[in-house]
Amino acid sequence: MESRNINIWSQIDKVVLLLYAVLVIWGWFSIYAASYNYDDISIFSLDGRAGKQLLWIGCAGVIIFAIMMTESRMFEAWAYPLYVLMMFILALTILIAPNIKGSHSWIVIGPFSIQPAEFAKFAVSLALARFMSSYNFVLTRNWNLLKTVMLILLPLGLIILQKETGTALVYVSLVLMLYREGMSGFILLAGVASITYFVLAMKYSTVIWGITPAGEFIVLTLILIVMIAMIYRLYDRRGTLKILLSITAVSAIIFATITIFRQINWVYMLFTAIAANSIYAMILSIKSNNPRILHSISVAAVSIIFLFSVNYIFTEMLEPHQQMRIRVAFGMEDDPRGAGYNVNQSKIAIGSGGFFGKGYLSGTQTKLKYVPEQDTDFIFCTIGEEMGFVGSVLLITLFVALIIRIITIAERQPGTFGRVYGYCVASILMFHLTINVGMVIGLCPVIGIPLPFFSYGGSSLWGFTILLFTLLRLDASRMERYRW
Amino acid sequence: MRKDYTLEKRKYVIIAIIFTIALIYIIRLFSLQVINVDYRRYAEGNAFLKKTRYPSRGLIYDRNGKLIVYNQPAYDVMMIPREVKNLDTTDFCNTLGITKDEFQQRIKAMKDRRLNPGYSTYTPQTFISQLSAQEYGRLQEKLYRYEGFYVQNRIIRQYAYDVGGNLLGNIREVSPTDIAADEYYTSGDYTGDLGIEKSYEKMLRGEKGVEILLRDAHGRIKGRYENGAYDISPISGRNLTLTIDAELQAYGEYLMQNKIGAIVAIEPETGEILAMVSSPTYKPSSLIGRERGKNYAALVRDPYKPLYDRSLMAAYPPGSTFKPTQGMILMQEGIITLNTLYPCHHGFISGGLRVGCHEHASPISLQPALQTSCNAFFCYGFKSMMDNRSKYKTTADAFTLWKDYLVSMGYGYKLGIDLPGEKRGFIPNSEYYDKYYGRGRWRGLTIISVAIGQGEVLATPLQIANLAATIANRGYYRIPHVVKAIQDTIIDPKYHEQHRTKVDTQNYQYVAEAMRMAVTGGTCRIGEIPGWDVCGKTGTAQNPHGRDHSAFMGFAPKDKPKIAIAVYVENAGFGATYAVPIGSLMMEKYLTGSISPQRKYLEERMATANTIIYSGVKKH
Repeated sequence: MESRNINIWSQIDKVVLLLYAVLVIWGWFSIYAASYNYDDISIFSLDGRAGKQLLWIGCAGVIIFAIMMTESRMFEAWAYPLYVLMMFILALTILIAPNIKGSHSWIVIGPFSIQPAEFAKFAVSLALARFMSSYNFVLTRNWNLLKTVMLILLPLGLIILQKETGTALVYVSLVLMLYREGMSGFILLAGVASITYFVLAMKYSTVIWGITPAGEFIVLTLILIVMIAMIYRLYDRRGTLKILLSITAVSAIIFATITIFRQINWVYMLFTAIAANSIYAMILSIKSNNPRILHSISVAAVSIIFLFSVNYIFTEMLEPHQQMRIRVAFGMEDDPRGAGYNVNQSKIAIGSGGFFGKGYLSGTQTKLKYVPEQDTDFIFCTIGEEMGFVGSVLLITLFVALIIRIITIAERQPGTFGRVYGYCVASILMFHLTINVGMVIGLCPVIGIPLPFFSYGGSSLWGFTILLFTLLRLDASRMERYRW
Repeated sequence: MRKDYTLEKRKYVIIAIIFTIALIYIIRLFSLQVINVDYRRYAEGNAFLKKTRYPSRGLIYDRNGKLIVYNQPAYDVMMIPREVKNLDTTDFCNTLGITKDEFQQRIKAMKDRRLNPGYSTYTPQTFISQLSAQEYGRLQEKLYRYEGFYVQNRIIRQYAYDVGGNLLGNIREVSPTDIAADEYYTSGDYTGDLGIEKSYEKMLRGEKGVEILLRDAHGRIKGRYENGAYDISPISGRNLTLTIDAELQAYGEYLMQNKIGAIVAIEPETGEILAMVSSPTYKPSSLIGRERGKNYAALVRDPYKPLYDRSLMAAYPPGSTFKPTQGMILMQEGIITLNTLYPCHHGFISGGLRVGCHEHASPISLQPALQTSCNAFFCYGFKSMMDNRSKYKTTADAFTLWKDYLVSMGYGYKLGIDLPGEKRGFIPNSEYYDKYYGRGRWRGLTIISVAIGQGEVLATPLQIANLAATIANRGYYRIPHVVKAIQDTIIDPKYHEQHRTKVDTQNYQYVAEAMRMAVTGGTCRIGEIPGWDVCGKTGTAQNPHGRDHSAFMGFAPKDKPKIAIAVYVENAGFGATYAVPIGSLMMEKYLTGSISPQRKYLEERMATANTIIYSGVKKH
């Protein structure tokens, strides 16, 4: 026992430690740059945001120390109680948190405010790791999968009730971890496909080619391609592909002939092709006595239903401001006063940075406060403006390196617990990076989530620190487990 | 533990996803930062100049639609410290007509974060505010020479009727406290100060707009960003129509010159305030432009306190104007009837206590007692009520009931007028006397002076005018207010609600008749306006500040009254000497539009009288 406490520090993963240190310190300098306005406030002054962030970094150091000093088995032992406690706090927050810009997610204690949702990620990851590492757990069993999904959905729902949709969506990223643990790749594909369909349908929903609605045409074309690919994969004989493509070509020719007489909606041509290919799939299925070929038909049907309910989902299930953000992100609408203004300004700030940037503390766009939330959610602007393309790419590279390193660590864990937990950390970091940077460069809707280690704020920094160093702590004692 | 190597391969799928996203983002960044030069052009130098476009502030009209307050353009000189280059200070100072010292001082004040918390070298700071059109003209010619300076158009207030300084209020630059309290404001904005400008600030101010201009690297304006797509047009403030009659207001101030006191005139049926004079007053036009600071400081230093709105802040002993309330309470409680007689031989004498009175018939009943303003009658009545142990268990119970009557009449609490700073006056409760004398150790006699509006009771002129309105309406009032209508919206419905008091209409009718008697053959004779059936009640309020205050409360005509009024003239002696004539002239002016030749002498005498000399306040 004595010797282990000494060993623990030498066992810590140096690559992650270094990356963490670089990111946190870079973040600190960026916050100083972003809030740099008064010419005379020093980077250490506690009146400034940078000074306060330094304080939070110091506290993070204490947290790291505490985590490293904790017995690694404790994380497993405390996973469930921590999860229950966290869910209770999340529920309580809805009730007691004051309304801050429309969300009820901050607990205010005197001069301090804490956002429990930032710490919930840790508790949920631990609980999932514990549950999925239990004896005889197989994810593909429906009952297990359902329980696992419930563990994820509970905090997601509670955080949505706090009106922090962005933070809630983070839990969706855990699909990646589930995929690694054996969830059917089909679900992941379906997820990717539905997002793609949704994005394309939305992006082109206002575009009409002749009398053909562009959005529907593009998505139906994709559905047709997926269908042909599936049939071909399940019935890989010579000539199958030729026949499938011929069917499509024939329907195209028929419709092209009609255009001589009148304008047509090309969507009907795609329906005809899908229907004809479905009939062919049925014939193949009966001929080869392989009912799996019929899956291709159900996938196509579900996709078509999804396509036509997108509009309904969009108008009925999303709040007006969320609709607006999505429209703006897809460039469907200019909203110069609201979300559009922010994104436009942040694009100008980043775009003006050029290849090498304007130099540290020399950015003008962020200084002039054209960019909103410049030291929290939009902090990437400051980096883009002052450090240019080089700095932006370096930042993305560092994050990618960190995530890949985390995956490597996860994979080298001797037990399921550590691996699941590691993948949770990787998934969450990936989601934050993708959404935060994506929104700042105008590729994703504006969803207010922080850039890990960079965005100003104690809750976010500590949340990610706990998440990451718990993994390092588990990793540091992975060898001991073999000895048991 | 066995590892599932099929599943482990999936890590490559996940890593591939990460690389794909990273690649897409890097391509996007490359296009944003390296290929596309538009963004850089926009941002070059400080690409944008965000100019605030100030909305025109709402206009203010009087009840007859006459314009009182309107706007005039003024010009602020703004400075962006970081962009000031090669400034020829001497030339600049000459153009603006300031000395170099003043220039240095202004820069120093601008940089002082206590005075100007929003200071930044990157954003526009106010250098000089409110240049006149001529000064602006001189500057404009040379403005191109002064890099880092530009001119911001503003509005200042102008007054068609230069009256009602405290009533109308004025506008001033926002203070750090204002900015902290309301995020609408930024440094250099204006906000309403005092009076209507303050209480209706949110209606009057409108919504600021923004104009985004593009500049090149040298700071020169190259036009509007995206043709104004991102501009926000300002929204003008809402116009207000007041209940005030501007002519009557001006006339009231004319009569009250060289006097300290207040006039409040109300249209009884609606609760609309017709005039609200606080004297001494000041011209609201003295608080605009660059002289504002100096003039404001002078008003603050003035020993007669012109900024103190006596019409709704001063709590005076109501004196004999209080007696009608007493008569009504006694009648309502059945302590007296119209025929109850009380003796009066030059006053109320009980034991060692004596409340003096003047010559009139004795014994006397309620209406003649009001007519002649007999003190003894109300002392006897009050004592009988307080000491009536068969009706009320204790003196405290009787007193609580008495207080509740007065509260229902609008005394003791703020009425809720739509102006800032209203005071509540004071009606003591039984706990107050318990504390003062000890529980159960006080009786009617102990506190007898409240019966004649002296002692602890205090009321604002607004509350007294409201009493006059209530009697005019025979038993109800609507909360007095100064704004009649707001453009495109409605006024607070609370100003339309009828408040009934706890006294029956019939008892109000008796009191109204007695107040008519006071004018036909009592203390208010000088107040009669031929043909208008004036009703009134004088007051001569003893006070600790020297000579008695002269007070009057009345309304006219007796049936279907059109105006109710309260007048207070500090240290002017008998009610009949000053307050009654002033009140009566105000009513005549409002009812007939002018003063009859027979009463011109009265107008003359009132306007020229100087009672300020009795205030005991020495100027310098």
